Amino acid sequence: MLESERNLLRKDIAELCEKYGHDRAYLLPILEAVQEKYRHVSDVAMQEIADGLGIHPVEVYSVVTFYAFLSAEPKGNFIIRLCRTISCDMAGKDAIARQLENELGIGFGETTPDGRFTLEWTNCLGMCDQGPAMMVNDVVFTQLTPRKVHEIISECRKQFGPYTLQEKEAR
Amino acid sequence: MANRQGPIIFSAIEPSAGLKTALDKGRPGTIAEVRNSGLKGRGGAGFPTGVKWNLAASARGDRKFVICNADEGEPGTFKDRVLLAEYADLVFEGMTIAGYAVGAKEGILYLRGEYAYLRSHLEGVLAARRENGLLGKGILGKDDFDFDITIFMGAGAYVCGEETALIESLEGHRGEPRNRPPYPVTQGYLGCPSIVNNVETFAVTPHILAKGADWFKAVGTDRSTGSKLFSVSGDCERPGVYELPMGITVAELLEHVGGENAKAVQIGGASGHCVPRKDFSRTIAYEDVPTGGSIIVFGPGRDMLAVAKNFMEFFVEESCGQCTPCRVGNVKILECIEMLEEGRCSIEYLNEIIELCRTMQVASKCGLGQSSPNAFLSIIEHFQDEILGRVHVCR
Ligand SMILES: Cc1cc2nc3c(=O)[nH]c(=O)nc-3n(C[C@H](O)[C@H](O)[C@H](O)COP(=O)(O)O)c2cc1C
Ligand code: SF4
Repeated sequence: MLESERNLLRKDIAELCEKYGHDRAYLLPILEAVQEKYRHVSDVAMQEIADGLGIHPVEVYSVVTFYAFLSAEPKGNFIIRLCRTISCDMAGKDAIARQLENELGIGFGETTPDGRFTLEWTNCLGMCDQGPAMMVNDVVFTQLTPRKVHEIISECRKQFGPYTLQEKEAR
Repeated sequence: MANRQGPIIFSAIEPSAGLKTALDKGRPGTIAEVRNSGLKGRGGAGFPTGVKWNLAASARGDRKFVICNADEGEPGTFKDRVLLAEYADLVFEGMTIAGYAVGAKEGILYLRGEYAYLRSHLEGVLAARRENGLLGKGILGKDDFDFDITIFMGAGAYVCGEETALIESLEGHRGEPRNRPPYPVTQGYLGCPSIVNNVETFAVTPHILAKGADWFKAVGTDRSTGSKLFSVSGDCERPGVYELPMGITVAELLEHVGGENAKAVQIGGASGHCVPRKDFSRTIAYEDVPTGGSIIVFGPGRDMLAVAKNFMEFFVEESCGQCTPCRVGNVKILECIEMLEEGRCSIEYLNEIIELCRTMQVASKCGLGQSSPNAFLSIIEHFQDEILGRVHVCR
C-alpha cells in the first residue's frame, strides 16, 4: 500500500470515528462505510478503526469476519449475490447460476481478475414470491432468466469506462 | 398506500388515529388495550405483546428503547418487506405508540442489509413524520412526549434476528445471542430496558388502538387473536403476501393461493414444520402449527430430501457457532442427509441422528439451534418412503 493511499484511508476512518463520537457501538456503520468505499476492510483499516475507537484490532477482525456483507478480502465493484434458498431454488436458481458463471467466467466465491465482479451465493433475500432473485450491490433483481442475467451483466459492464475519481482515490 | 385487503392490517385506517387514541388513553390505558387484544408477537415466538410492553414500562431506567426487528431472514418470509415498502407509516406509528406506552424516547429500526434499497424511502417517511409533528419533540402537541426513530443497517446474518443477537449487533459486536435472563425488557440495548418487536406486530397496534381490542379479537381464535400476514411462495398459482385470520386451516390457505394439489407445505420457514397432505386440516395458530408467516408450497413432484438438504445447508451457514449442539449438530444432520441421498444410511444411524436432533432442541442456546432440526425431523417422519433406501445414481 502506498503511503498516500494509507493517508487517505486514515483520513476517511478518522472522519468516520469523529462522526460517530469514537463510540464503539458504532463499529458496524463505520465498517459498512469502509466496505462500501474500499470494497473490503483491510488489515490496515482494521488497525486504524481499532485505534480510533480504542479497542483491540482483533475485536474489529472478529466483527468483520462474522457478517456476510463485510470482508477482509477485496471484493469486486459489483458484488453479485444469488439467492440459493428453497423458493428461489425451486424457481430455477441453478440455471441462473450457470449463466452467471458463463457470463463472468468465474465460479461462486470468486472475483474476476480485473476486480470488477464478485460472484457469491446468499441466503434468503426475501423475494421468495418472485424468484429466482439476486442482488447486484444494493439493487435487487427478481424473476431472473438466463437472458436477463446477460442483460444485467452487460449493463454493469457499460458503467465501467475510465475509472471514476473516487475509485482512483480508493485504489 | 397500496391497495391490499385484509381484516386488520390491510383494513382502512385514518393516519395517526391509533396514536391519537393512545395519547388520549394515557400510558396504562394504552398497554391495557394491547394486552386485552391478546396480540402475540408476529416474529415467530408469539410472546404476548402487552405483557412485554408492561414489563418494559415498569422496568427502572431513565433511558429506554423501542426496537423494530426488520431482520426478516427466515427463508420464505417477505411480509415485513411489503409492510416497510407500502405501510411504513403504520409501522412507525406503531413504534411511536410503543415508545409512548413504555416511556421510551428513542426508537431503532434494525433493517437487514438485504433491504438496503428500502432505506432512502424509509428515511423519507421518517422525515415527513418529523415535519408533521409525529416524531420529535412534543408529539401531537403532547408536551411530555418526545420520540424519534433511527435506522440501523444489518450486514447479512440471519441469527441477528434473534433479539439478543440483534442487540449485540446494534452495540457493534458479533451477532451472538446472549444468555437470558436478563431479558431485554430489563437490560437490553446499552443495558437499558428495551422492547424488541417484529415489524408486523408494530403495524397491528395502531389498528388495535384506533378500533379497540374487541374489534381485533373478533378475528382469529381464542388463543390466537387477530390476523396474520402470510408470505406464500413455492408451487402455487398466486404467491405473495396475504392477510388471513389466525386459525385458518392449511387447506383453506392453499385454496386462497392456488396450491390445492400440494404434496406438503412448510410452515414457519426453515425453522418451522413440514406438514404433509394428510394433515392439511390442521390450523395455523399458536396452539396448533405456529408460524412467523412463511408458507412454502411443495408440488407433487418435489424431492423432500432435497428440501431438507437446502434447509440444513442454510443452518450450517447461519449458526453463529457459539454453542456445540448447534455448531456441530447441524453439520451432522447435513452429513446424514448426504448419506441418505446416496442411499448409504442405516436406520440405526438415522435413529442416532434423530436422537441428536432432540438433544439440539433442548441443549442449544438460542432459537436457531433449538428449531433447526424441526424441518428435518418432520420430513423424515412423513416422507420416509421416498427417502429410505435410495439407489445412488452416479452423475
Ligand atoms: C434465529 C432467530 C431468528 C429470528 N429472526 C427474526 C426476524 O427476522 N424477525 C423477527 O421479528 N423476529 C425474529 N426472531 C424472533 C426474535 O427473537 C423475537 O422473538 C422477536 O423479534 C420478538 O418480536 P415479536 O414479539 O413482535 O414477535 C428470530 C429468532 C431466532 C431464534
Ligand atoms: S443455538 Fe446456534 S445460533 Fe444459537 S447461540 Fe448456539 S450456535 Fe449460536
